[in-house]
Amino acid sequence: MLQKDFRRLALILLFAPFALWIILLILLPHIGMIALSLREKVAPRVYEYGFANYMDFLNEPIYWNTLLRTGSMSLLVTALALLIGFPVAYYIAKLAGNRTRGALFLLCLIPLWVSDLIRAYGWILLLRETGVLSSFLQWAGIVDHPIEFLYNDVTVVIGLVYTVMLFMIVPLVSTLDGMDNSMIEAGYNLGGNGFTVLRRIIIPYAMPGIVSGCIVVFMLTAGSYLTPILLGGKNSSWFTEQIYNQFISRFNWEAGAAFGILLLLFTSIVIWLGLKLSGQTLANTVAKS
Amino acid sequence: MLAQDKATPFLWGYRLYVAAFFVFLAAPLVAASIFAFNDSVFPALPWQGFTLDWFFNDSEPKLGMFHDRRLLRGIYYSFVIAAFVSTLSVTVGTTNAFLFVRGQFPAKNFFYILMIVPLVIPGVILGISILVLASNTANFLENRFDMELELLRPGIFLVVMGQFSFITTITSLVITARLKKFDESMEEAALNLGASRARVLRTITLPFLRPAMIAAGIVAFLVSFENFNTTLFLVGSEAPLTITMYDRVAKVGSTPVLNAVSFALIIGSGLLALVSILVQRDKTVR
Repeated sequence: MLQKDFRRLALILLFAPFALWIILLILLPHIGMIALSLREKVAPRVYEYGFANYMDFLNEPIYWNTLLRTGSMSLLVTALALLIGFPVAYYIAKLAGNRTRGALFLLCLIPLWVSDLIRAYGWILLLRETGVLSSFLQWAGIVDHPIEFLYNDVTVVIGLVYTVMLFMIVPLVSTLDGMDNSMIEAGYNLGGNGFTVLRRIIIPYAMPGIVSGCIVVFMLTAGSYLTPILLGGKNSSWFTEQIYNQFISRFNWEAGAAFGILLLLFTSIVIWLGLKLSGQTLANTVAKS
Repeated sequence: MLAQDKATPFLWGYRLYVAAFFVFLAAPLVAASIFAFNDSVFPALPWQGFTLDWFFNDSEPKLGMFHDRRLLRGIYYSFVIAAFVSTLSVTVGTTNAFLFVRGQFPAKNFFYILMIVPLVIPGVILGISILVLASNTANFLENRFDMELELLRPGIFLVVMGQFSFITTITSLVITARLKKFDESMEEAALNLGASRARVLRTITLPFLRPAMIAAGIVAFLVSFENFNTTLFLVGSEAPLTITMYDRVAKVGSTPVLNAVSFALIIGSGLLALVSILVQRDKTVR
């Protein structure tokens, strides 16, 4: 009996910090934000409840275009990160020798812990009109005047792929690492060519890693603020910038909250679709990496 | 495609691709670092000669980072915030690990998913939602009870809470993974030998978890130090380093002192990441 009481007390004590964290910092703030987004200022200190903020969003093409643009560019970034990252992850996990493997993995990790800001700043120094690439091209005689590589969509996509790349590679390496090489050999022995082995054995095995990487990458891209603004300039039209403008510049918290909810809904739906289509769950993908 | 012994030209092409990838990874970091040593007031080519002025010089126009008051203050606030965040998140991460590995309670799976969710919420959203709740609570207290609660206004406390809200998921996952590997018979043996529960926890279980706790603490520290999105909305007058630096990068007239800071941060976080990996690579138990 005493043993049972002790267990129950321990469980409650362990549950308390978890509950406080999730309720006070995640659930209540989001409920508050939903409530705020349903409120509209009709006169000073007079508020009305309704969907007015969401109607504004639908009626103003700039707003929903920005969200669609952010979403489609994030999907593009996710696909590119997977395409570029997968061969590298495979090389690290399967082809590199034991020593080089550790070193390469470490090399991958170091930029992971350097702030987005520094990475974006590095790209600015390389790509701006007076930057390294432009100076180099002039010095080599390929062009005869400075070229501005910043402030266009291609640069934003490259910068974003760079920023999120490591979140793709790390889960891929850890799933591929657990794969038995004999599975690949068996595939070849049974007469499969390289492409069949890749499609029928390696990719299905790596699926949890692929999904996990894609979820994190998509979420980070859609929610990113620094990279699109610094590399894309004032007209980068990223949705987080709209949220920031509503909140900080215009002090219209109601509209900002509605935009926040929309971004959250949008990323959640995409993530949910991704999980459903690939037959994975949040617990066996993101939690594992 | 991927067998080791055949198609050598293919393999060489593959290696070239991997090498090019690492050049791509390194390029902006190298660019950010190298101009810290250029003796010029612009972080750009041409190369004007090597200097350490951007670290140590004490006067304008080449004010070094160790004499730049605002940057130093930013670094100080970042340290304070990161220290609080990593202590708090490792503590809660450890209790979460025990809760989910040892605890038996209804809807455990649901709560486990709830624990992961903060990691897939965009940082901007976490920032604004906590800002909204804190401000509304503060306004309510002020109007109703005439209480002024500075804590709930943008400032260090809110920044710590905002970062803690998602970093705890990371620390929980790291420590949970380690606790799952623990062999419970070791605890039973100690209990059979007459040790109290508290003593078992202190001398057996926690030492086993220590590498994961240190690694989680370092990761939490680094993530907190570099965080921008969540911090942006919660920051008060005590701006941490990323905010201070952003203000300068966004303005065109940035000087190589930012490169000096970048270089210091790249080296610092590289070393810390190395430590966290070495700590986790422990050979005694596995």
